Amino acid sequence: MREFKGRVVTPGTAKAEAVVTHGGFNTLASLQKSLQFGDKTAKCNDQNNPDLYGKPLAGYALCLPQTIGSTTGGMVLYCACAMKRQPACMLFANPIDSLAAAGAILADVWLDDVTMPVVDSLGEEFLDYVKDGMMITIGEDGKVTVE
Amino acid sequence: MKLTEEQQAILDGEKGETLAKVMKTLVMYGEAFGAETMVPVTSKYNHLVTSFGLGVIAPVYDLMEQLIEAGALSKQQFSADPRPLDPNVPANFLQKLIFNKFMYNKQDFYEGQLQKLGLMEKDAFTCTCYMDEVGNKPEKGEVLSWSESSAVVYANSVLGARCNRNSGIMDLMGSIVGYVPYFGLLTDEGRKASWIVKVETKKKPEAQLLGSAIGMKVMEDVPYIEGLDRWIGTELNEEACTYLKDFGAATASNGAVGLYHVDNLTPEAKECGKALVKENANVYVIDDEELKRVKQNYPIVWKQPNAKPKLCFVGCPHMSLQQLKDWTDKVETGLQKYGNKKVVIPTVFTAAPGVLKEFEQTDYARRLKATGVITSYICPLMYMNNPLCAKMPVVTSSNKLRTYTTARYFTDDEILLLITRGGRRS
Repeated sequence: MREFKGRVVTPGTAKAEAVVTHGGFNTLASLQKSLQFGDKTAKCNDQNNPDLYGKPLAGYALCLPQTIGSTTGGMVLYCACAMKRQPACMLFANPIDSLAAAGAILADVWLDDVTMPVVDSLGEEFLDYVKDGMMITIGEDGKVTVE
Repeated sequence: MKLTEEQQAILDGEKGETLAKVMKTLVMYGEAFGAETMVPVTSKYNHLVTSFGLGVIAPVYDLMEQLIEAGALSKQQFSADPRPLDPNVPANFLQKLIFNKFMYNKQDFYEGQLQKLGLMEKDAFTCTCYMDEVGNKPEKGEVLSWSESSAVVYANSVLGARCNRNSGIMDLMGSIVGYVPYFGLLTDEGRKASWIVKVETKKKPEAQLLGSAIGMKVMEDVPYIEGLDRWIGTELNEEACTYLKDFGAATASNGAVGLYHVDNLTPEAKECGKALVKENANVYVIDDEELKRVKQNYPIVWKQPNAKPKLCFVGCPHMSLQQLKDWTDKVETGLQKYGNKKVVIPTVFTAAPGVLKEFEQTDYARRLKATGVITSYICPLMYMNNPLCAKMPVVTSSNKLRTYTTARYFTDDEILLLITRGGRRS
């Protein structure tokens, strides 16, 4: 078990199994197909992401360096939240990027019944340590426990 | 964040609950990046990435409706990304049924919302809003609230405007209150390069391939590119701008680049040179072998890797007027060389409605039509994003389209060969 301390971008607590990408998470490429065609598990459809391709994301603790790609990214993430197909939480090794921040903040401000805690700046060591299937717990203060 | 009295009043709800939520969104957005102030949006027009009436993104339309009902409209008029539908583009009965009845069944409704919110004019749908024929071309130093990754990177890098890589919806928020948080690519420090990219190829690098390589390497950082002026010159003429349009789109989609500087060419690099490079910047050397390696590593996701292509898209991002003319010449020459009268793969060239209108005034339009190439204002990405089209073997010279769909990437020369000769591949 290890603990990591990051910065809270959007608040909340969560406990969920980890899915990990070491490359940038392309939000549009990953989520559009599942949102469009009723896949409630939100399987990742990004062919360029060998870490996540084909894996379900809804309800998992998504561990990533940052998001990349289309500027629809934040809007796509907002829709995933509104449709209850979002990851349980998003944990960024790097400082958060503008698209992911937009999606998380839009969901936090404009959706009443959705929580997707986001913690960033957890450091490269976090991504080196965490593996698919590990259990993640997030506290309100941005403390992330991996076991 | 330190807000002005006016901004604080909006946040406190003095102009209504909806505007307060808009301001709260922008304040949280700024705080996530350490912004201390908001700055006025100074461009004449905005540009929005969300142009498609996909039934499934109902949450977006709900939010737009809240804004409209509260009178929280955009202070600027805006253009938006390309439409997802065009009857000119080949589609079978089933595809048409799925596009019109199931996928984009909210298109008319959403375009109505955009008109209420401040759309420039009814056909202001393109990802290349900065083309002269479209008219949404910001000046150097202007502050924007744009989205659309390829447009943002062009506006920052080629035009010298200042814009963060804003997301869809967030783009509109800045335009509604007239302010954006001051951070990232709006600041002098945020525009400095943390990568030096040395282009050491022995021939002019393919724009879309070079952009892909750099995007995948630097991710969201700012690269300062040396050695590219040797191939595309030191003046931002039509040819150089077209090259940078396609190059930038690949950096932004294959990575998350929002700004690049090209030594001796782009406005800030011309003004400040290597003073734009941070201390201890990383170095990435690109030669022909590196570009070959990058291209060979693209996954081929067709079920039958050797399938005969059923459709070809050129123009993601949308083509310029000069590109349409140049491709007309190239397609004619290719067809003549290989003894064909029409392109051997159904081929669509996409461009902004305004560019297509200008193109139609020239003799090139008649000549291109004679080759069998179809012109369209469609968004190829939106066309491809459904299971029916995803199963089709589609080829493209767009690295952005490759990234987001099952379309397979070929260089411009390879595409020309495929559509004019067909059969054997080079």
